[in-house]
Amino acid sequence: MERKLAKRGNMTDRMDIALNKFRSRMTSYPPGMCPLVMYRSILQMSMNQTCGKCVPCRDGLVEAERMLRDILNGDATEETLTRLKNLCVMISETADCAVGVVAANTVLDSLNEFADEYESHIKKRRCVENVIQTVPCMTLCPAHVDVPGYVALIKQGDYAGAINVIRDRNPFPTACAMVCEHPCERKCRRSIIDQPINIRGLKKYAVDQVAADQVKTPQANVKTGKTIAVVGGGPSGMTAAYFLALMGHKVVLYDEHEKLGGMLRYGIPEYRLPKARLDEDINAILKTGDIEVHTNTKIGRDITVDELREKYDAVYLGLGAQLGNRMPVDNVNCKNVIPAADFLQAVARGDTIDLEGKKVALIGGGNVAMDAARTAVRLKAQSVHVFTRKRDDYTALATEIESAMQEGVHFKTLLSFLHLEADESDPEKISAVWLQPEIVAEFDEFGFVKTEHSSRYPYRFTCDYLILGVGQRCDVADFEAAGIPVNRGRILADESCAIEGADGVFSGGDCVTGPSTAINAIAAGQVAAHNIDEYLGYHHKIECEAVVPQAKPNKCIPTGRAEIEERDPFERKQDFVHVEIPMTEEEAAREAGRCLRCDHFGCGAMEGGRCAW
Amino acid sequence: MAKINIKIEGVSYKVEEGLTILEAAKACGYEIPSLCTFNHGECNLGSCRVCLVEATGARGLVASCVYPVSEGMEIRISSPAAVEARRESVELLLSNHNKNCQQCEKNEYCELLHVAKLTGARDDAFAGTHSKTYLDTLAPGLVRDTSKCILCGRCVARCQNAHGLGILGFENRGFNTVVSPAENRSFADSPCIQCGQCVNVCPTGALMEHSEIGLVDEAFKAGKHVIVQAAPAVRAALGEEFGYPVGTPVTGKMIAALRRLGFEKVYDVNFGADLTIMEEGNELLERIQNKGVLPMITSCSPGWVNYAEYNYADLLPHLSSCKSPHEMQGAMIKNYWAEQKGIAKEDIFVVSVMPCTAKKFENKRPQLAKDGIMDVDAVITTRELARMIKRSGIIFNRLPDEEWDADIMGDYSGAAVIFGVTGGVMEAALRTVYFKLTGEEHEKIAFEEVRGHEAGIREASIDINGTKVNVAIASGMRSAKILLDEIKEGKSKYQFIEIMGCPGGCINGGGQPYVRSCFLPNEADDIVDTYKEKRAKALYSEDERQEVRQSHNNPQIKELYEKYLGKPGSHKAHKLLHTTYEGRVGFN
Repeated sequence: MERKLAKRGNMTDRMDIALNKFRSRMTSYPPGMCPLVMYRSILQMSMNQTCGKCVPCRDGLVEAERMLRDILNGDATEETLTRLKNLCVMISETADCAVGVVAANTVLDSLNEFADEYESHIKKRRCVENVIQTVPCMTLCPAHVDVPGYVALIKQGDYAGAINVIRDRNPFPTACAMVCEHPCERKCRRSIIDQPINIRGLKKYAVDQVAADQVKTPQANVKTGKTIAVVGGGPSGMTAAYFLALMGHKVVLYDEHEKLGGMLRYGIPEYRLPKARLDEDINAILKTGDIEVHTNTKIGRDITVDELREKYDAVYLGLGAQLGNRMPVDNVNCKNVIPAADFLQAVARGDTIDLEGKKVALIGGGNVAMDAARTAVRLKAQSVHVFTRKRDDYTALATEIESAMQEGVHFKTLLSFLHLEADESDPEKISAVWLQPEIVAEFDEFGFVKTEHSSRYPYRFTCDYLILGVGQRCDVADFEAAGIPVNRGRILADESCAIEGADGVFSGGDCVTGPSTAINAIAAGQVAAHNIDEYLGYHHKIECEAVVPQAKPNKCIPTGRAEIEERDPFERKQDFVHVEIPMTEEEAAREAGRCLRCDHFGCGAMEGGRCAW
Repeated sequence: MAKINIKIEGVSYKVEEGLTILEAAKACGYEIPSLCTFNHGECNLGSCRVCLVEATGARGLVASCVYPVSEGMEIRISSPAAVEARRESVELLLSNHNKNCQQCEKNEYCELLHVAKLTGARDDAFAGTHSKTYLDTLAPGLVRDTSKCILCGRCVARCQNAHGLGILGFENRGFNTVVSPAENRSFADSPCIQCGQCVNVCPTGALMEHSEIGLVDEAFKAGKHVIVQAAPAVRAALGEEFGYPVGTPVTGKMIAALRRLGFEKVYDVNFGADLTIMEEGNELLERIQNKGVLPMITSCSPGWVNYAEYNYADLLPHLSSCKSPHEMQGAMIKNYWAEQKGIAKEDIFVVSVMPCTAKKFENKRPQLAKDGIMDVDAVITTRELARMIKRSGIIFNRLPDEEWDADIMGDYSGAAVIFGVTGGVMEAALRTVYFKLTGEEHEKIAFEEVRGHEAGIREASIDINGTKVNVAIASGMRSAKILLDEIKEGKSKYQFIEIMGCPGGCINGGGQPYVRSCFLPNEADDIVDTYKEKRAKALYSEDERQEVRQSHNNPQIKELYEKYLGKPGSHKAHKLLHTTYEGRVGFN
């Protein structure tokens, strides 16, 4: 018999198992590696894939790899680069199939993307300076929290110690335990073996055991006599306030809302971050040192920017980005059209929004959009429909989307927004959203798929309420007027959070970067605090009192990752009670035991025991 | 076929739809430098990327040997990008090539060297990385040196097209790809029939005949009586090596050259061919009269005999037990001639000049040696003979035309000459068989219906005294297989079948001069289309010039039988002129 099904356990199946492990190794490719070495690996892999027919691919990739090797060995000149480029152009133009074409294009891309790296290897015969081996989780956390340190303390049962270690970099252990997007897990070395450590989960376990405000913060430094104004009581401003207070400076904190917490309080729904838990972090911060709080105070209205600069030794602007965007179309200001951020804020404030039995449409796929969708579900909307133009527009965490789906949110993609149809009986309201069916098209330069209008007719979607999850912006008008440099609605601050042309004024967080995550804002607050300290002529160091246990070798036995489970969707969508089920002690112990302690094993050992940021 | 409009270098042309750019350009007067393709796309992998051109509507540059023309296409052969890319392709080939050209016997005919010159490729353009190479010298007929292989796939295509054999294929992958028999075995360890068709098409020195020039040199050094005999097809092609137009018979100059190379006697294998006809004709008659195994199949072609032994062991009784002509003649030299001259067999060294690489296998068959004395001691190909002539400083075209030695075994008939082309053995046999059965010569000497010069099957039916004799001719194993399967199924209607290993017969043998249209762009017709016909014509014209045109009328053959052998099929003839076959397993 000539026709046969593929044999079970055939070579392809067996290769797939190995390739999955290979993929994990690529996923966990550590930060701080030479990109050219990686490109050499890609080339070598491409060489393996060559069938051996066409010369450009079969022999050309081998020669390209050899040139790259020469470059890496410091045996190359500018001419090598030119020849590598010419060769890759030739391969790209002449190879028969994608194996050769794309391999060559990849090298050509690298010549642009990593021109500095090539130049360094040719001229200085080494990598550019920032290429050093580091601890992946610590590096990828924007605030560079000592993750292996606190995971080790959790394993030992010292939860207060763990909170102390976190606070050394980030005074929001509780909020981050609930809502952090955990970039630290992205390249966790553990994924070479199985899956990343559930770092956020472990942090949550720690703050679930001991409330953050029950853990003493370090002793504040002797008073310096300097006073710093911090504008914005969100994660960025409060982080700056925390560290500045610890350093011995007096902090005057302004916030336009009734309560502190910024987007953590007014943007993130109660079911994800209970306000009572947020208060644990805020209470701890406010107890740290001399922090004077002025809520319900808006800069420009209650006090001017100039007054701030005159009155205080330095100013930190952590304004956030809280104004929800609206598309510039007719009827966008109707009363049943609301930006997601405004919607969430209204709900957080306790305003009554009656969605019961209503059909809610939502445009956008980010985390804020997911928060709005799940909040609408809890407000008893009849149905919630999320529309995006393409799959890549779902920038929210995959777990958020999954949870929303479980709670009954409907998702439809490949629809672009056209216009809003006003209600015939009430011109103050809209009755439908018009959407254009799209088809996927070529990729853009960043590797994301673009879409084009399909030939199908536009799609009329009737709804009672429309939420716009299309981004937020910052209210910077008063600051711009006072001479603070602003570009496209964002304050122009550099990586040290200093603002060129505004001496003594620092800024960071969403008002500089645009809408982003809490941990990025916290990182900015931390960086700003230290740079304000330096600006004022000090060089304070904050001591962390916890002692990280000595690292023990890990057996590297593939073990599953303990996930944080959510409550039954049917039950949880009825209320705003926190959705996450706490980890159990045995789960947390096993999860913490998976940590490979990259702070010690690997490069850490070479640096006298632990690798610190 | 519909015509379409294209432009080459801005000039408009009308060409046939469906052609590749390479073929269309050829029709318009362009020979785009190319390498892996040959014989109008017999190999169409598009692997070497030497024939790159710019064509509108394509991504990047295209391999013109496989990319079809389309209406309105504008082609640029000389654009800087195309010129540069062609050069770079060759440079990449050179980067993984064993460039010891001065030692390479393909040198003058190397197409890689040719395109390197054409494209201006430098051999040091790339640092060069060498894949693992293999040198297979175990087979008597062929040598495979993968260090010279450019993986063009020509040999793979030829083995498949000519014989449906597929001995050669791509092994391993990527940079480590090699062309080899299955499992990277030696030719000797595979059912390869050693025909040398792959050598004929190999553009580089990766596939070569297993040279025996060294053996000949040793024999001279040892002071042996070195006798040479040349096959008919050699004279029709040797001239090509010395600049003569294809199809020029150079018999006289070849004889003169052989004498000057120091051979004691220069004999024509045609004498052996006439002898073969006497024996084979007799065998056929006996089989017909005694209801022996029919159809009888010729056994002159060692490539074919190899094929039969590997693939049709059960049909071996159909093969004529006659040795091939040069083996018969070798046996006669070592016995009849030696006795006449009073020379010991051990002191005689017989060299055959053959258009064939399989003959190098044949002469080493244990069945063809008696008490350690081989009928033929060394076989050199037409190409090797040319090499010997060139290395000896002989200016070939200034040689006088000389005659064969004809002391006791030099005469030959026209029937023998045409052995070199497909259908020739059949025609020669028919001339003699007709006479034997009827006692008179057939009114027409030439049996046109059996003639040809290409692969494929031809058949004829000859009326001999009211008896119809059905005959068939096949060359190339792909064609032969059809006839053989008929016999196997009991459906064969033939009494006599001629099978030649190489498509077209010995004129297109695996030891013949290389035919490369790229070296002869000034020929009116593409030489790959005409060379077989031209070489065949050279042989048929020599047949016509012969006074004696039937083997049984060769006076020295008559004398041989009278003096020595008795009659065809006699005990002595059987001992000296007949052989046996044995089934073999290709892959052990």
